[in-house]
Amino acid sequence: MANKHESMHIDPYEKTWIIVSILMLAVFFGAITVAGLSFGVRVPDPVARVNPTDLQASGTFAEPGLKEVAPKRYEAYIVAQTWSFNPREITVPAGSIVKFYVTSRDVQHGFKLQNTNVNMQIVPGQVSSLAVKFDEPGEYDFICTEYCGIAHATMYGKVIVVP
Amino acid sequence: MTANTYQLTAKEKRFIGWHFIFAIAALSIGSLFGPFQAMEHAGWNFYDKFLNPIFHSYYEGLTLHGVLNALIWTTFFITGFLTFTIIYGLKRPLRYPKLNALGFWMMVVGLLIAAVPILLNQASVLYTFYPPMKAHPAFYIGVTLVVVGSWIEGYGFYLTYYQWRKENPGVRTPLISFMSLITMVMWQVATLGAAAELLVDLIPWSLGLRAGLDPQLDRTYFWWTGHPLVYFWLLPAYMSWYAFLPRQAGGKLFSDSLARFSFWLFLLLSVPVGFHHQYVDPGVPEGWKMVHSLLTYSVFFPSMLTAFTVVASLENAGRNRGGKGLLGWITKLPWNDPSVLAQLLAGILFFFGGIGGLINASYNINLVVHNTAWVPGHFHLTVATGVTLTFMGILYWLVPYLTKKPLWCKKCAVIQVWLWFIGMTIFSNAMHVVGLLGAPRRTPLGAAPYIPEEWAGHLLRVGIGGFILLISVYLFVAVMIGSLVTKKKLSEEPEPPVAESLLDPQTTPRWLDRWVPWLVGVVILLVIAYGPQLVYQISTAQFTSPPITNIFGG
Repeated sequence: MANKHESMHIDPYEKTWIIVSILMLAVFFGAITVAGLSFGVRVPDPVARVNPTDLQASGTFAEPGLKEVAPKRYEAYIVAQTWSFNPREITVPAGSIVKFYVTSRDVQHGFKLQNTNVNMQIVPGQVSSLAVKFDEPGEYDFICTEYCGIAHATMYGKVIVVP
Repeated sequence: MTANTYQLTAKEKRFIGWHFIFAIAALSIGSLFGPFQAMEHAGWNFYDKFLNPIFHSYYEGLTLHGVLNALIWTTFFITGFLTFTIIYGLKRPLRYPKLNALGFWMMVVGLLIAAVPILLNQASVLYTFYPPMKAHPAFYIGVTLVVVGSWIEGYGFYLTYYQWRKENPGVRTPLISFMSLITMVMWQVATLGAAAELLVDLIPWSLGLRAGLDPQLDRTYFWWTGHPLVYFWLLPAYMSWYAFLPRQAGGKLFSDSLARFSFWLFLLLSVPVGFHHQYVDPGVPEGWKMVHSLLTYSVFFPSMLTAFTVVASLENAGRNRGGKGLLGWITKLPWNDPSVLAQLLAGILFFFGGIGGLINASYNINLVVHNTAWVPGHFHLTVATGVTLTFMGILYWLVPYLTKKPLWCKKCAVIQVWLWFIGMTIFSNAMHVVGLLGAPRRTPLGAAPYIPEEWAGHLLRVGIGGFILLISVYLFVAVMIGSLVTKKKLSEEPEPPVAESLLDPQTTPRWLDRWVPWLVGVVILLVIAYGPQLVYQISTAQFTSPPITNIFGG
């Protein structure tokens, strides 16, 4: 029962569809690559490791909070734990760039800063980091977006941006 | 095409039927909790008022919903369905039926072992069971047995196929058996990640044999399995759309070759894409996230092939039934047949699920939707409709075949399918919207202090959609039970609707029926996409996370 046909039979409409699909895929590839590299919207990249059971030893997370590194430039060190963020509230002036460093002392958590592009998985042992510029004064909630136990829904904090 | 002469024995039918009994039982319990969550979002919290003494918390309910629906309903249905498509396609009995029976009963034992700690609120870790949140060890052991049981059923399929191949040299593997084997091979490659996570990390750690884990590494293991898991659900639904639906609608499969080609591509591209679930993970470098993003997008291509072939086959059916004009054939399709209707509506909602999937996979755009209510909104269009509604549609013809009894209340089945479509459209749309507004997933939003008033209307729609789905799922269960217990008998055994292909499958080129080159391709792609990161993450792992347990309340 040897088979003479070693090439696929392809209907003309099918062929057009395949060509269009490949062209669309090429456009998608280009769009993702350009969007990923050119608009300054980053996804988290590894920055540091810590021991979740001994954050005192980590230095930076021994005293969580806001640190001014230059005028209107801040670093925010935040510890996530069941079921709160420490600190719960930070205040910065409008126009500030804040780089967040977040870790967990227990289970996994999430850190989503509402109405911004900051959205991170918080994994014990790792430090999650993204930066954002706050142009508009107002209150921005950061909420835990990963299930972390029975009171997960109550876990949030806020950034207050003053004029 | 020769007529299929092999008829399943009563024993084989019973064996397949047991898979579906457990699948439907899991669905009927698991689906109870989805609507309770949806209604909680709308402000009607049944957990505190009614469920509390028996079901201890929202998260016990959510764990039951995820484990029973996404893991048990699917795995039991699929292994049962594939048993049918292997035997009926190859026209021969299983080579070692006892081996398959061993696999099946191992799955049942695993299910029962995992169910106990879940029902005691000692495994409220959801179906992703991310460490270092720790469940009772019985949960991990039970899940492992379910997976290993499904592997053993798969080995039974391979050995049956091997025997068939020896008996039928040079013959193209029958399409339904070919697709079943690819589904099973994909599943066995995919579950290597979960196997590593469960056997090396979670089970010893939960038993106190290991002090700590590296949760980032376990996330990487988990998502090695977690994404192809959705293709394990989806491929049997695609098989139904390719190889059964055309015949049910009155037509033929448009292209046997492209159907096979797309399944090979799904096998190649389903697994090396897991980092697209980890775009916002701290421990995976940006570059590798980008690589997996592009590989994920490549799945777009076989998906487009599938869309073309399935729609072209349906057009063939509609024109055979007298449909005229550009779109007139659509109205001629048998929309009053519950099995066809279920698959057509599943396909329509799945189309929107596919578009949402492209958005999820779009690298940094994922920052907008990751872990928001958008994500369950998305996968209720894919697994909970594209897949589940298709599986329901399959059971609407397969159960009468297995029992030789008519479907009980065909009208109820038609109503059930429409209710699912309507309920899911309302529910899913509202979930997508609140997700974009910033609502987190896996959260009792009715209790969350940061939810603004303006979302109330959308959350109400979530609850209404969930309530309609609750009615639909129990109507489905009623039709199934009614069909099982009815005294009516069919005069002759219904013929399974296996579609013929427009061209003789023997004209399909031989390279589409050869395993070795494609399997080598799978290994090469996995080594490229995962090798460097696995080596890096394992060699730099820090096992510093002890188990954390007393956070489940209740």
